[in-house]
Amino acid sequence: MFYRECSNFKDSYASDMAIFPIPLDRWGFIFMLFMAFVVVPLFTSEYFITNIIIPFYCFALAAFGLNVLAGYAGQISIGHAAFMAVGAYASFNLYGRLGLPLVPSILGGGLISAAVGTIFGLPSLRIKGFYLAISTLASQFIIEWVIVHWKWVSGGVFGTIEAPKMFLFGFIPLDTAVKKYYLTLCLMTVLMTFGKNLVRGQLGRNWMAIRDVDFAAEIIGVNLYRDKLIAFAVSTFYAGVAGALICFTYVGAANIEEFNVMVSFAMMGMIIVGGLGTVLGSFLGAGFFVMLPIGINQFLGSFMDVVPADILANIESILFGGLIVFFLIVEPYGMARLWHTIKDKMRLWPFPY
Amino acid sequence: MTFFFEVLVTGLMVGIMYSLVALGFVLIFKASEVFNMAQGAMSLFAGLALVGFLDQYLQLPLWLALLCTVAVMTIWAYAIVFIVLKPLVARPPLMLFMATFGVAYLMEGIGQSIYGTQAKGLNLGIPDTPIVIGGIFMSTFDLFFTGVAAILVIGLVWFFQKTRTGRALRAVSDDHEAALSVGIPLLKAWTITWIVAGVVATVAGVAWGTRLGVQFSLTYIALKSLPVLIIGGLDSIPGAIIAGLIVGAGENLGEVFIGPYVGGGIQTFFPYLLALIVLYFRPYGLFGKEIIERV
Repeated sequence: MFYRECSNFKDSYASDMAIFPIPLDRWGFIFMLFMAFVVVPLFTSEYFITNIIIPFYCFALAAFGLNVLAGYAGQISIGHAAFMAVGAYASFNLYGRLGLPLVPSILGGGLISAAVGTIFGLPSLRIKGFYLAISTLASQFIIEWVIVHWKWVSGGVFGTIEAPKMFLFGFIPLDTAVKKYYLTLCLMTVLMTFGKNLVRGQLGRNWMAIRDVDFAAEIIGVNLYRDKLIAFAVSTFYAGVAGALICFTYVGAANIEEFNVMVSFAMMGMIIVGGLGTVLGSFLGAGFFVMLPIGINQFLGSFMDVVPADILANIESILFGGLIVFFLIVEPYGMARLWHTIKDKMRLWPFPY
Repeated sequence: MTFFFEVLVTGLMVGIMYSLVALGFVLIFKASEVFNMAQGAMSLFAGLALVGFLDQYLQLPLWLALLCTVAVMTIWAYAIVFIVLKPLVARPPLMLFMATFGVAYLMEGIGQSIYGTQAKGLNLGIPDTPIVIGGIFMSTFDLFFTGVAAILVIGLVWFFQKTRTGRALRAVSDDHEAALSVGIPLLKAWTITWIVAGVVATVAGVAWGTRLGVQFSLTYIALKSLPVLIIGGLDSIPGAIIAGLIVGAGENLGEVFIGPYVGGGIQTFFPYLLALIVLYFRPYGLFGKEIIERV
């Protein structure tokens, strides 16, 4: 049971292309799935599920979406939370007004978000680098403005829609935290598996070629325009689904303030601290950013009975900034790279080299 | 027609204020290819520090308080260059970009823990009486800061073109390695750039602070000046000024003359729309250096 490639023979193309070629990795993955599907809903509190795990899954999904765009295709977007808002409002409208079933309306929200994202991806055909990064901020402000000002998009006051009562397949009511948890988990697992295979395939390789040197990619036959736009579409699809899920299962309402520019920045932080261009990094980064504020809160709460809100916010932002800088200096390629280092060490263990 | 000019002039003056913030970005980008997201936080910190030196216990005279603020920003510049940027030399620009995010959070947190989170008024003793020039009402405030901005820009251009240090900084911005090989100390050059950016941030912080009060929303001014930056070109000082004027005027005219038809509040995104249009025709901004890449 050493962590080795050797004596692990691959006798078919399928096994050669497996996501986890090493048995220990496979078992580890199955163990994680077991934890997520069985242990977490059975043995943790409702508070833990609704306030930590569900947002963690949703942000992992959104961070993966941004990672497709920034980490794989190399197109930085710092207005990505807006697409989460698009997904959220679109799915609320599909579900509440048009009466679509729940899962199709969440995925439909993602599709509408992808359509909007493709439009905002059009500038990427002409501009790149930091110029593109800043012009993606346009999506943030334009979408925010549209949602606040166009009443038929946002319905209620100040762009807030309350969540309607949710029924899965038309008859199973989604009322408890555990049921919502399973909805989030199932969608997240399916979409992440799909995404992982997408970035391993032809499209993913094209994206990486574009990221590394875009015109060289064009010379070797990558269709630059098509693949950049697909990257925008896929990325904003994930963001849209994540936004819809957050509003349905965590917030309970679609509110534009949940998706302001600070969230966009935080998502950028997630994928950089987690690791650009890795699926694992999306999870690690999302976990870091979701759990850090809660962790700080708990930690301070153990010293003082009542922590004044403004002091808490300040300490949070100091620690937050400090940790981002710290991680970038110590491990510039993100936490996912730490895991790679550990794996490299495990391959040799117990021998020195 | 007078109304049109009044709107235009007001917009132009706001535009100058945007240019002030954008200038800080340009300086740092030119010298170190770092896209400094902490520029807004620097302005906030400078504003907070100035208010702190003026009001609370110290009651320093204005010129001394300004000097002290610049000193504080110098300490920040050293800290950023030697603690944050030095270990990250030769990393991809995206990493440095993200590191400045971290710095921004740090600055906001530290600044607000020292000076508190409530909005503070900043009174420099400039009378805010409207004066009439050629039939157009103008605020003395705005005129004063337009003057300050003009002096600052002329000073910066002189500094970059005529002084020895300025030449070194231009060399560094041209090519880090070549600059190192002819004996220009990179870290020293960066520190000077960050100090200059700190001074610019102080001016911007004071200018916006006197208008809006010194508070957290100053950091959002930096977001509004980003389209200014890309319209002018990331590495062009005159670009930042001209783009600031374009954005200020465009935003104000748009809000007044187009806004009522679409429901108002288009100021939030109009500059970005303008930037997208400009970038469509000129992908490196109006005056930005066109990057020629080879395989």
